[in-house]
Amino acid sequence: MNTHSIEGIMEVSLLAGKLMLQSGAETYRVEDTITRLATNYGAETAQVFVTPTAIILSLRERGELRDYTKIARISNRATDLHVVTLVNDLSRKVAQESLPLVDALKELHTIEKEPVAFPAWMQIIAAVFVSGCFTLMFKGNYHDFIPSMVAGGVGYSIFVSVKRYISVRFFSELMAAFFIGLIAKLAVDYGVGNQLDKIIIGAVMPLVPGVLITNAVRDLMAGHLVSGLSLGAEAMLTAFAIGTGIAFVIVTL
Amino acid sequence: MIEAIWTSFLASAGFGILFNVPRKALIPGGICGMIGWVIYEQMAGASQFDLVLATALASFIVATISHVYARLQRMPVIIFSVSGIIPLVPGGGAYDTMRKLVENDYNAAIQLGSQTFLMSGAIAFGLVLAGTIVPLLLRTQRQTKSH
Repeated sequence: MNTHSIEGIMEVSLLAGKLMLQSGAETYRVEDTITRLATNYGAETAQVFVTPTAIILSLRERGELRDYTKIARISNRATDLHVVTLVNDLSRKVAQESLPLVDALKELHTIEKEPVAFPAWMQIIAAVFVSGCFTLMFKGNYHDFIPSMVAGGVGYSIFVSVKRYISVRFFSELMAAFFIGLIAKLAVDYGVGNQLDKIIIGAVMPLVPGVLITNAVRDLMAGHLVSGLSLGAEAMLTAFAIGTGIAFVIVTL
Repeated sequence: MIEAIWTSFLASAGFGILFNVPRKALIPGGICGMIGWVIYEQMAGASQFDLVLATALASFIVATISHVYARLQRMPVIIFSVSGIIPLVPGGGAYDTMRKLVENDYNAAIQLGSQTFLMSGAIAFGLVLAGTIVPLLLRTQRQTKSH
């Protein structure tokens, strides 16, 4: 194993971890990848602490007694599993083919600039079908299928566009939920749809933080108590924002 | 049954797009979600089955299939399991809880809320169980092969 400078190892493993965490990888996977990269590049020990908002990494060079520590702050998170796969492939390549450190760093920088796997219009179409299908899955009838598709599509487009321009957290979910409720209510009032609840449940599904809740519980079970609790708090606030948006329509109109 | 199959497939694959999974993982993710939902629905339909138990079992099976796909396509498990568990996620329960809260029906809200929480716990339990058992099985298989 050839030796690399500790700064280089630090840079590569921290950047890889940051990319994964920003794209919605699980806490244990991020810790695993960072430790693996660091030890493969010749660090003697790697202590890493991952929370949803920051990564702390401490590395020790071979034959030294001093530790080098660095923090990466994670400010915004999204779900982009394409990036997780790319970083995972890279880490595998490092382990199997001993990819040079410079090349790994270069590759990580290209991954960083990679556009999202699916453009916004495709995601909106996906949200349309997801909404319609969930309405049917929750025992809605075909009368509710179309209103739910419309509400879900409009809701998701509002979610995406509000998120782009306003950085207040949870505001985009609230606005989207409000319009979903409004469309569902109008549809039922004008006789296009039948059951208000089924339409709303289906249309709201693309926004619901279900995976966040599950990941939170899973982190807690795996002993990542800090990440588990903070992900749980985020999930609760998101659900609360959606609930508030819908409630506003139901109570006022 | 047929309706359950195509709706859950489309919903799971659609969620794959929302989560930006790699393109070749879309259909496997849809299949995972479809199998999970059909199992859940069949068990929830049989009245002696508890919803939480049905969720745990379905999520265990989804996670097992995801592990196999992950091994075959050399991708992280989360890519497949995330779209696979989506139909099981108690979004409807979460919505009903919020609705009851808003209507000042706190007793019903607490009841529904606890069930929702238990169901998401059950999904996590199924995922963790499969995450510990399946790699063990796959490892022993490889060891016997190499001997």
